[in-house]
Amino acid sequence: MVKGYEVVIGLETHAELNTESKIYCDCKNQFGLEVNSQVCPICMGMPGTLPTLNEKVVDYAIKMGHALNCNINRICKQDRKNYFYPDLPKAYQISQAEVPLCENGYVDILVDGEEKRIGITRIHIEEDAGKLLHSDKFHGVSLVDLNRCGVPLIEIVSEPDMRSSQEAKVYLETLKSILQYLGICDCKMQEGSIRCDVNVSVHKPGEPFGTRSEMKNVNSFSAAVRGIDYEVERQISVLESGGTVEQETRRWDDDKGVSVPMRSKEDAQDYRYFPEPDLLTIVVEQERVDELKKSIPELPNIKILRYVKQFCLNIKDATFIAESVSLAKLFDDCMTKDKFHAKCYTTWILGDLVKYMNATGKTLEDTKLNPENLTELVEAIENKTISNAGGKKVFAVILEADKKVSDIIEEQGLAQVSDDSALEKIADEVLAANEKSVNDYKGGKTNALGYLVGQCMKASKGKANPGKMKEIILKKLG
Amino acid sequence: MELFERNACDLSEMIKSRKISSKELTESVFGRIKAVEGKVDAYLTLDKENALKKAEEVDAKIAAGEELSPLAGIPMGIKDNISTKGLKTTCASKMLYNYVPPFNATVMNKLESNDVVVTGKLNMDEFAMGSSTENSHFKPTRNPFDTDRIPGGSSGGSAAAVAACEAIVSLGSDTGGSIRQPASYCGVVGLKPTYGSVSRYGLVAFASSLDQIGPLGRCVKDVAMVQSAIAGHDRYDATSAYREYPDFSAALNADVKGLKIGVPKEYFGDGIDPFVKQSVMNAVKELERLGATVKEISLPSTDYALSSYYIISSAEASSNLARFDGVRYGFRAEDYDGLVDMYERSRSEGFGDEVKRRIMLGTFVLSSGFYDAYYKKAKLLQRRIQQEFSDQFADVDIIATPTVPTTAFKIGQNTDDPLKMYATDICTVTVNIAGLPAISIPCAYDDKGLPVGIQLIGGKFTEQRLLNSAYAFEQLVGGFKKPQL
Repeated sequence: MVKGYEVVIGLETHAELNTESKIYCDCKNQFGLEVNSQVCPICMGMPGTLPTLNEKVVDYAIKMGHALNCNINRICKQDRKNYFYPDLPKAYQISQAEVPLCENGYVDILVDGEEKRIGITRIHIEEDAGKLLHSDKFHGVSLVDLNRCGVPLIEIVSEPDMRSSQEAKVYLETLKSILQYLGICDCKMQEGSIRCDVNVSVHKPGEPFGTRSEMKNVNSFSAAVRGIDYEVERQISVLESGGTVEQETRRWDDDKGVSVPMRSKEDAQDYRYFPEPDLLTIVVEQERVDELKKSIPELPNIKILRYVKQFCLNIKDATFIAESVSLAKLFDDCMTKDKFHAKCYTTWILGDLVKYMNATGKTLEDTKLNPENLTELVEAIENKTISNAGGKKVFAVILEADKKVSDIIEEQGLAQVSDDSALEKIADEVLAANEKSVNDYKGGKTNALGYLVGQCMKASKGKANPGKMKEIILKKLG
Repeated sequence: MELFERNACDLSEMIKSRKISSKELTESVFGRIKAVEGKVDAYLTLDKENALKKAEEVDAKIAAGEELSPLAGIPMGIKDNISTKGLKTTCASKMLYNYVPPFNATVMNKLESNDVVVTGKLNMDEFAMGSSTENSHFKPTRNPFDTDRIPGGSSGGSAAAVAACEAIVSLGSDTGGSIRQPASYCGVVGLKPTYGSVSRYGLVAFASSLDQIGPLGRCVKDVAMVQSAIAGHDRYDATSAYREYPDFSAALNADVKGLKIGVPKEYFGDGIDPFVKQSVMNAVKELERLGATVKEISLPSTDYALSSYYIISSAEASSNLARFDGVRYGFRAEDYDGLVDMYERSRSEGFGDEVKRRIMLGTFVLSSGFYDAYYKKAKLLQRRIQQEFSDQFADVDIIATPTVPTTAFKIGQNTDDPLKMYATDICTVTVNIAGLPAISIPCAYDDKGLPVGIQLIGGKFTEQRLLNSAYAFEQLVGGFKKPQL
C-alpha cells in the first residue's frame, strides 16, 4: 500500500539466450564484437533469404518453461510481428503470438521471509533486433549495427501479481538466478542480456484494478524499482488531483528519474500478426519435453527454502549462497559429506571466500578451492589441530595452490599445542613476566585475563589452543 | 536448323559428342538475341561476357574428358526475381533498380554445379505481381507470336525468351500461375513444381506459402532436364521437402495406358473462351485415344479460389515487401524530412501501382478487426480446396483444365481493370493454393495463330507422371511451333 492505494505490477522480461549461433541463421551469437561483423544475408534480411529455426532455442525455452512450472505447448507456430524501424531489416520480427511455447506457470519468490507465488502467463521465443548508433561524429545521421539481429530471446510474461517495487525486484532477481542455473542466459545486465517492460496500476483497496501504463526502456533491476516507485507516485498524484490515468506506453528515463509518454492507446501500433509462412509448425516430441525436464537442476528459489529449513541458515545467507551457481554447488557438495554443521562452511564461504573474490575480481572457478580441501580445513579446525587464526592462513593458501591442508599445516608449523605440560610451561612464564596484570586481575580487573591469554598465544607463536590456554591460566590465577 | 532453335535435349547430345561447342551455341543464342530482342524485350540484363566465359569453361572440361551434367553448356535465362550473385536482380522494380545480390539463390548454385550457361535476367511483372509483364517498371515484354500482344506474366520474359529462341530454356517463378499462364500464351512448356520440391532460398518473396521456382522450355524433355537439376531438399529453406527425386528426363515415358484423367466441370464455365474449351477437350480425347480413361469431376470450391488467393498472397506480400524501405539497399527517395518521411517517399516512389495496390490490400486484410473476416477465412478455404483436390486424386491420376481462359490479349487491353486482369488467373491459382504440381503445354493455335495451353494437374510430388502425360501428348501432337518474328 502506498498512500492508501494498492499497487499492481506485471512484468514482461526479455532474456537473450546464449546459444552458439543465432536463432534463424548460422551467425555467431556473441556480444561486443566489431559493428556489423556478425551478420549474413539472412539476419540482414536481404531479399530472398529465409529463416531456419535453431532447435537449441526451443530446448532452452522449454527448460525455462519447466523451471517456471509452465505447460509446454508441444505444437506451436511462429508469427510475424510487422513494424517499420531501421534496426529491424525485414520490417517484421519473428515471434510467437497466439500460441506460445510455454504458458500457465508460476514461480515462488521469497519477499521479507515470506513465500509468494507469482503467476507466469507465457514464455515465447523470438528474435532480437539490431541497435541504432547515435553520435555527433555521424554528420546528422544515425547508423545501424545489425550484430544483434537474430539473437534468440525468450519473453517471460508475468501475471499482474506483484504488489510493490520490492516484490518486482525479487521476482527479477529470482528469474535471473534461475536463468543462470539453467545456463541459458549470460545475465549480463550491462550488455542488455535481460531487459524488461513494466506494467503498473494503482487502485483503492476493494476497488477493481486501475488503468495500467506500460513502461519501456527499463535496463536494470534497480531502474525497475525506481521506475515503478516513480510511476506509482505519478499515478496516485494524477488520481488525487481528480484526473484519470491514461492507458499508454511510457519511456523510463533513468538518468532524469522520470517516465515520459511514448504513445497513447489510440496510437497503439497494429502489428498485423500472422503465421510466419517461411517456417514450419514447431512440433516437440513428448520424450524431448520429458528429457529436458529431467535436466533441470534444483533451482535457487527452491534451494533457499531448503537451506533455511534443512540447515537453519538465515534467509540472507541462504539467498546469497543459493543465487550463485558456483557457491551453491560448493556448499551442497560439502554438505553431502554430512560431516560438519553448515555453519562451519558458511563462515568460510560467506567470509574469507567472498572477501577474496570481491578483492581480486576472481570467480570461484578461478580459485583452487574445492569441497575436499575446504572440508579438510574445517576438519582441522573442528578437531582443534589448528586454531582459527591458523585456519585463515591455510585458507589463503588453498585458494591459490593445489596443496593438501595437512601439508600446509606442517610446512607452516600451524599445528596447535594442546599438550597440557607445554601450555602450563608457557603460562608460568607469562604469568611470571606480567606480575602487574596478574595483580590487576586479582584486584577485579577481569579484562586483564584477555591480555594474559593473548601474551600466551604470542609466546606460543599462535600455536597454542586458545581455549585450553585460557582454562590453564584461570586455574593458575586461582 | 540454327543452333538457337534446337532443344536442350538435342544440344546436350551434340555438346557431349563434341559436334558443337558450348561457345558456338552460346554465340548463336546471343546472335539471335541481337536480332530479335528489339521486338520482344524479354531481357532486363544480358551477361554475354560471363556466359561466353562459362561456355569456354564447359568446352575445356569436355575436352579434358570430364563427365558433365546433361545441362552443361546450355544457355538459360533467369527470371529477375531469382538472386544471382554479382548480377543485378531488380524484380523489374524501381525499388531494386541497382540491387546486386551478395549471394546466389540455391537454384543458381545448383545450375552452376550443372555447368549451365546463364545468358541474363528476364523481364517480369514487378515483384511477380501481374499477368501480362506490363507491370515491369522498365518495359513491357511482347509476345513473339504477335508483338502487339502481352506474353502473359508474371514470368513473361521467361516464356517470351524461350518462344523467341533467345534462350534454350529458362527459369520462372509461379505464385498463382506465373509460369503456366505465360507458357500458355507463348506456346511453350512450363512446369510449376510441387510446393517444397524446389528451394525458394534466394527467390525474392512475393507470397512465401505459394511461391515456387520452375522451368520453361520448348519441349517436355527440356523442362524435365531442368527440373531434375533444380529439385531437392535445401537446409536453407525450412519449407523444402526431405525427399529424393528421380532423373525426370531419363525416366520420361510416353505410355498413358490406364491413366485416369479427371476433367473438372468448374474449369469449363462461361468465362472460358469456346475455342480454348474445345482445344482442351480435343487434347483430352487424344490422350483417351492413347489408352487413358476420362471422367468428369467436380471441384466445387473453385469459385472461391481467386478471392482466397488474392487475400493470402497479398497478406504475405504486404509483409514480405516491407523490407524495401530505402534504408540499406535499392531505391531511396532524394528529398525527405526524417525517418518516416524517408520510408513513405521511398516506398511511394519506388513501387508501381499494382504492387502498392496489393500491399494496401494485404495490410488491410491483416489489420486487427479484419483478420478473422478475411485472412483466417481465406486460410480455411485453402484447406477446403486442398481437401477437394486430395479427394479427387484418390480417384483420378491427373486433372486436365485450360491453363488460361483465353489466348494472349493486346498490350494495354486490361491495364485499367485490375479485376479483369486478376480473372486470367482463375484456372491456375487453385494449384498454388493446394501446393500441387501442374504443367502447361501447347495444345492448339487459334485463327490468329496464337497458342492455347492445356494444364495438367497432379497430386503432390507426381511430377514424373505429369511430365510423362505431357510427353505422350507432345509426341502425338507435335508441341512447340516456332513463331515468325
